[in-house]
Amino acid sequence: MAKIEVKNVTKVFGNHPDKALKLVEEGYSKDEIMEKTGQAVGVLRASFEVEEGETFVVMGLSGSGKSTLIRCLNLLITPTEGTVIMDGEDITAMNDEQIKTMRKSKQSMVFQRFALFPHRTILDNTAFGLEIQKIDKQEREERALKTLEMVGLKGWENRYPEQLSGGMQQRVGLARALTVDPEILLMDEAFSALDPLIRREMQDELLDLQEKMNKTIVFITHDLDEALKIGDRVALMKDGVIVQIGTPEDILTNPANEYVAKFVEDVDMSKVLTAEGIMNDPEVLAFPKDGPRVALRKMREEGISSIFVVDRNRRLVGYVMAEDAAKAADRGDQDLTQIIKEDVITVKPENTLNELFEVSASAPVPLVVVNEEHKIQGIIIRGTILAGLVKQTDELIETKGENDIEKETSGDVGQNT
Amino acid sequence: MWDKILNPIDLIPNIPVASAVERANDWLLGLIGDYTRAFSYAFGDRGFMGEVVDALLWVPPSVLILLITLLAWKLSSRTVALFTLIGLILIYNMGYWVGAIETITLILVSVAISIAIGVPMGILTARSDKVHRIVWPILDFMQTMPAFVYLIPAVFFFRIGMVSAMIATVVFSMPPVIRLTGLGIRQVSVEVVEAAAAFGSSEWQKLTMVQMPLAKPTIMAGINQCIMLALSMVVIAAMIGAKGLGSSVLRGIQRLDIGGGFASGLGVVILAIILDRITQSTRQEKTAEE
Repeated sequence: MAKIEVKNVTKVFGNHPDKALKLVEEGYSKDEIMEKTGQAVGVLRASFEVEEGETFVVMGLSGSGKSTLIRCLNLLITPTEGTVIMDGEDITAMNDEQIKTMRKSKQSMVFQRFALFPHRTILDNTAFGLEIQKIDKQEREERALKTLEMVGLKGWENRYPEQLSGGMQQRVGLARALTVDPEILLMDEAFSALDPLIRREMQDELLDLQEKMNKTIVFITHDLDEALKIGDRVALMKDGVIVQIGTPEDILTNPANEYVAKFVEDVDMSKVLTAEGIMNDPEVLAFPKDGPRVALRKMREEGISSIFVVDRNRRLVGYVMAEDAAKAADRGDQDLTQIIKEDVITVKPENTLNELFEVSASAPVPLVVVNEEHKIQGIIIRGTILAGLVKQTDELIETKGENDIEKETSGDVGQNT
Repeated sequence: MWDKILNPIDLIPNIPVASAVERANDWLLGLIGDYTRAFSYAFGDRGFMGEVVDALLWVPPSVLILLITLLAWKLSSRTVALFTLIGLILIYNMGYWVGAIETITLILVSVAISIAIGVPMGILTARSDKVHRIVWPILDFMQTMPAFVYLIPAVFFFRIGMVSAMIATVVFSMPPVIRLTGLGIRQVSVEVVEAAAAFGSSEWQKLTMVQMPLAKPTIMAGINQCIMLALSMVVIAAMIGAKGLGSSVLRGIQRLDIGGGFASGLGVVILAIILDRITQSTRQEKTAEE
């Protein structure tokens, strides 16, 4: 069962929502409804599900209804129509008391402009949620201190919000939300008010924290790069309507319509594509017990000048250069153990191209993609990284063409090494 | 005939505003007059307010002056404390000590009542647009209607004395408390209030933990205004029997006693400056803290 199920949620702002709803039924757009009835449609028939532990990003330009949508999830805004189901309970049918309990026990929110309480210290801000729950002072301060430490604000607890920089204030906002240990974290453009450098830092930190905490996160943003970086899945909104839901790669590679395509046109692919997406299958591998001649033959067949060596469980051991193998063969070595080099650069499957660029420059041989058990998943030749970008950004290149590029570049790398 | 046609407004019969108000006044007086007069007796010169005056006069003037000076020092600055000391000694020296105490009592009681009614009213206007729309024109009415107009019905209901003076003072000085309380709460940023709500706070928690503390500087400004307006009423209040510096000023006017009128007027000014500086500084202190 999904953690959050949003079904057909519509929000109309104005005095006569029913008029607007009728037109919604008839399939009119937001602008047409505004013109005909004077009612502003914030969200129009939005439906999606968020799984437990997932980071779901809702992305759209200002006025697309994304902030309204996230407020429907904690009922700061009551949907005009439709239901929001959380852990199997329809929260749109709850009374005030139940809503308060739901807000206390299940979720918390991080705001765009931080929304800290200027008259409270950082500690009191962070402990606010627990104070609302009437948890005694000692316990709530202990827990608040712990989250403050987690977001890197130890030692600041007795200051006031205005004494902190924007980035630090939002850390407090995040700490305040995390102190109540919510299952669901609602983040409304949480990093949009920060300058780019701090924003990136906060994104990385959120990803780190998320790895440890495994919360269900609904994240609103107008920044596509941010959406693609943070989101497990992304929903794109336009004029109150969700136009596409999918993984970041889905959205980039199969835009649902022209709007999405136009939107993602300028995306820096290097930040989105991952090692996993572009790596080549390491078809030919050598084993330590192989003789040097066997290794040489494998290299010759593939037209490469070095070969990776793995153990029986496909765990990476190192690599062997063709010239070393030739010398070993002359010496009459029985296996490769003498000539295995270990200065291989390994990357994780989820590393982005961006990160690969940096390391590949200094790598003597192709990068190796390994999983947590150090098993080899694939290899990435420097040329592949570029090719990966070309492949995704230019649809005209056909599969055959790409392969040619890869072959050529892999040959180059081979000669260079 | 012709002048009526030339001036068609004359065709409208006289609307009996004055007599209607009079009748309403009589009706209300018959309904609650006994109670209001009884209240006046219990609360006025021979009741509560008289006792407050007696209690303050029981304290030796030098001790009271020192205490007020210390309070000014604590809440405000050394300069204000020094001014308070010299000012109060001057008032005593001019022979207006009793009058000053009576005036302070009238002001403090009026202001306390204005706050007790005004702050909750202000909260209501902030929470409901409907209440806001009804209350604000009434406040405009209360403030722009010449203050003398309240005096006569006040005397009908509460007889001549401190209570009538207090009622007129409250009517005139309460509006800023309501206005600025409402304004202060409305000015608290929407996101901050949303944040409080998002953590599941009740309306009461939201009000006491977030809205009121953040509105405090504005509310304090309203209270400061209230005190100043109350002080500006002392001479008018004296016309319906309020004792104190105001009655000395009034006597000065009536007897063409320029010196006495000025001296007691100076007393009012000194009290005004002391009260203003003290309340203003508590407001500024809070702002700086926040």
